[in-house]
Amino acid sequence: MAGSGSGARPWLAGSGVIAALVAAPVIGLIIIALRGSGDLWPHLLAYVFPQTLADTFILLTGVGILVMTIGTGMAWLLTAYEFPGRRIFEWALLLPLAVPTYIIAFAYLDLLHPVGPVQTALRNLLGLTNPRDLWFPEVRSMAGCIFLLGIVLYPYVYISTRAMFLMQAGSILEAARTLGAGRRRVFFQVALPLARPAIAAGTALALLEALNDIGASEFLGVQTMSVSIYATWISRSNLPGAAQIALFMLLIVVSLILVERWARRNQRYVSMAQRTRRASPQKLNGWRACIAIALASVPVFFGFVLPALYLVDQAVRRIGFAGISPQIGREIFNTMSMAAVATAVAVALGLVVAYAARLSRAPFAGACLRIASLGYALPGTVLAIGVLAPLAALDNAVADFLQYAFGYSSGLLLTGTGAILIYVYVARFLAISAGGVESGMMKLSPSLDHAARTLGETAGGVMRRVHLPLIRPALGAAALLIFVDCMKELPATLLLRPLNFETLATHLYGEAARGTYEDGAIAALCIVMVGLIPVILLAKLSRRPALAHDAQQTGPRNLVSAEAILLASAPQDIPQTPQR
Amino acid sequence: MNIPKLQLFRYSATVLLAAATMVTLGPGSAFAQNEVNLYTTREPGLIKPLLEVFSKQSGIKVNTVFVKDGLAERVRAEGSRSPADVLMTVDIGNLLELVQQGVTQKLDSPVLNAAIPANLRDENGHWYALSLRARLVYAAKSLNLKTITYEELADPKWKAKLCIRSGQHPYNTALISSYIAHYDVAAAEQWLRGLKANLARTPGGGDRDVARDIVGGICDIGVANSYYIGLMRSGAGGPEQKKWGDGIDVVMPTFKNGGTHVNVSGVAIAASAPHRAEAVKLLEYLVSDEAQALYASGDFEYPVKAGTKIDPIIAALGALKIDPRPVIAGVAHLKLASELVDKVGFNK
Repeated sequence: MAGSGSGARPWLAGSGVIAALVAAPVIGLIIIALRGSGDLWPHLLAYVFPQTLADTFILLTGVGILVMTIGTGMAWLLTAYEFPGRRIFEWALLLPLAVPTYIIAFAYLDLLHPVGPVQTALRNLLGLTNPRDLWFPEVRSMAGCIFLLGIVLYPYVYISTRAMFLMQAGSILEAARTLGAGRRRVFFQVALPLARPAIAAGTALALLEALNDIGASEFLGVQTMSVSIYATWISRSNLPGAAQIALFMLLIVVSLILVERWARRNQRYVSMAQRTRRASPQKLNGWRACIAIALASVPVFFGFVLPALYLVDQAVRRIGFAGISPQIGREIFNTMSMAAVATAVAVALGLVVAYAARLSRAPFAGACLRIASLGYALPGTVLAIGVLAPLAALDNAVADFLQYAFGYSSGLLLTGTGAILIYVYVARFLAISAGGVESGMMKLSPSLDHAARTLGETAGGVMRRVHLPLIRPALGAAALLIFVDCMKELPATLLLRPLNFETLATHLYGEAARGTYEDGAIAALCIVMVGLIPVILLAKLSRRPALAHDAQQTGPRNLVSAEAILLASAPQDIPQTPQR
Repeated sequence: MNIPKLQLFRYSATVLLAAATMVTLGPGSAFAQNEVNLYTTREPGLIKPLLEVFSKQSGIKVNTVFVKDGLAERVRAEGSRSPADVLMTVDIGNLLELVQQGVTQKLDSPVLNAAIPANLRDENGHWYALSLRARLVYAAKSLNLKTITYEELADPKWKAKLCIRSGQHPYNTALISSYIAHYDVAAAEQWLRGLKANLARTPGGGDRDVARDIVGGICDIGVANSYYIGLMRSGAGGPEQKKWGDGIDVVMPTFKNGGTHVNVSGVAIAASAPHRAEAVKLLEYLVSDEAQALYASGDFEYPVKAGTKIDPIIAALGALKIDPRPVIAGVAHLKLASELVDKVGFNK
């Protein structure tokens, strides 16, 4: 690490404040939980947990295997091989990100229902008339839920793992090849272990999304922990009990993450900061190329093309039938501006906490980084409830003060305004930027920091002029994920938004709440379309890892300093393979 | 990418972000004159036409926020400065929850008292029902089913033939709670186990899926609310849904020793309503003949006000014989009902 001390203090202070902001809702929940939940736990232990724990475990295992297989497999396919259309798949594989879980669930139910198009066509083909004569897998099942969550959540793994594969200096992989390892062996024994932090980080995000999902799981009849939190809160009016289950879940999540980190505690993943040359991919021709294309098409087709086509079809029908809601433009604007502001704030704060942890070895810095990531491990509504109490209390205190000091009656300044939404989005999704920045910085050798500091840079200058350009791909990926997540966010937005304020997701929900989802097809399509913008933007901006490329663009001053730093640090920058 | 393009992108991104920040953080108009703020768990599409007419007639602007879960928590947290004036829910359980959390206030309005029967409003004036929805049985046409009781849904002859949404959904816990009120917990548990044994698929989806699943041959009978029939059969939900609605029979079930289970949508005035007078005006409008007729024609519900015409599609389902007990008696056991759902593993 860079010498802790000089210049680290302001970063640490900032990091502490940010951690406190994220911790506030968790503390709010603890206070709620302490109100006591009566005789809840015997009931939970006897009737609820045996099933929810099993269901949650099966769901997460299934989704985990699926996202790791697809995400890592696709990342490797697109890194190690060259085939026609590869450049299109590079970004097309990100597209399922734009499809929220609650949309994919109803799209597939509609498509695969006995009276839906697929089964109807099959029956016509087979000459059957009665829907009961055709056996077809039921979407509303555990298997269906695993498939649907997996097919839209794998990009979390793909995006982080591919960045890692790209940043892995081609020379290591080529060295392995030169030493006689086959491609398969290179993948399993070199590339995969090197990419482990990225796979773990991506999988953790995907699994937390699955764990906190309520829309798809409840709709498909899977009894996850989140579903039982809801039942406790809504059906039994036992908010303290719901908070207790949520905190219990949080505890499990945190322990799992700590175990994973502990398991790779002795491994360091520093790589060269020099322009990272992709390992030259193997060219595929003929039927091999066809297989590669087919493989890469599968997730894109099921995760994006099929549901998007379905939505287009529904939206066209809906427009013909009911016209376009005049508010939709306003809702698109609301959705995008909220997401943009929250993304900017989350990325900036994520940089602060991650950099503070890099600057200082103090346990405090690491703790702040972990605490800042807690929000992602709670279901959206639960976090929203946690935010509500402390923030409204603060709000009322401020209003009391204004009233007392100036006789000015201000009303609530935060609660019920856009500010509370930004807060809850940032608290929820800070984990993505903090984690993204952290893993990006982890790959930068500390000698870079030393060199820059020796040459007279301040701590802030090192981050701005050395780290930022180097971790741009990681930063861009984090920003994309946050933007798309904010845009899709439903439960917290629904509960906390201001009067007369609709986002695409709340509009969709409002339309859908009456029992069917076609009414929301136009809004759903808009969510998917708007979600495409950052996906495409990211694909453009991060096609190549940043450094050399950037230096040319941003002028001679940066070029000189970056080169100087590289020269100064180069000799020690030998990529280390994990030591087991 | 060349330099100007990148810079242009950066500048425009900055400007957009600044504009967006101003918009998202801009002050609301929650305390302006001649307005009323409505927090509702009722889907906006359902009440929008009503509110538009009210605004036109009274000149009072209605600001709304549609919230699903946590309405009571939000109002409670906002405390005495909450901008909320009127709280509206689609379920009696949620309505009582608001009263219990102390976020409502007493209202004594002769207009409301005259329009709403005594068993459909709080005796202390904390809540008022505005419309009713009945929990009905949808059935495959081939069954030619004419009558059924809620008790008979547990009959083994329906084994693997019953569809229903999640047992924890308020519409279902209210029905189970009502069952407990008619008998006792043990009997309700027995009944629920019977229902579970009859399930054709895991409980999930919404009420309209019951109709679709019957049409699709997944099940023969199911439990769902009355107004969905109107929404489907009228074509308001599109041609697909009209097929589902027309493809099934609807039976008006009763309890063996009582009537049909109904749930209510209702309103309350928020404890610290900054626009109390306007709020009262809105409530009184909602029980006017005109508004009550809109509940019937636009939303296919049963109006609370006697003499209001019911939509022909709903009227064709047959006369509604409401269970004579006060609505509130039926929801006294919501917690027990929810626990029973867990206990019998209904959703598994």
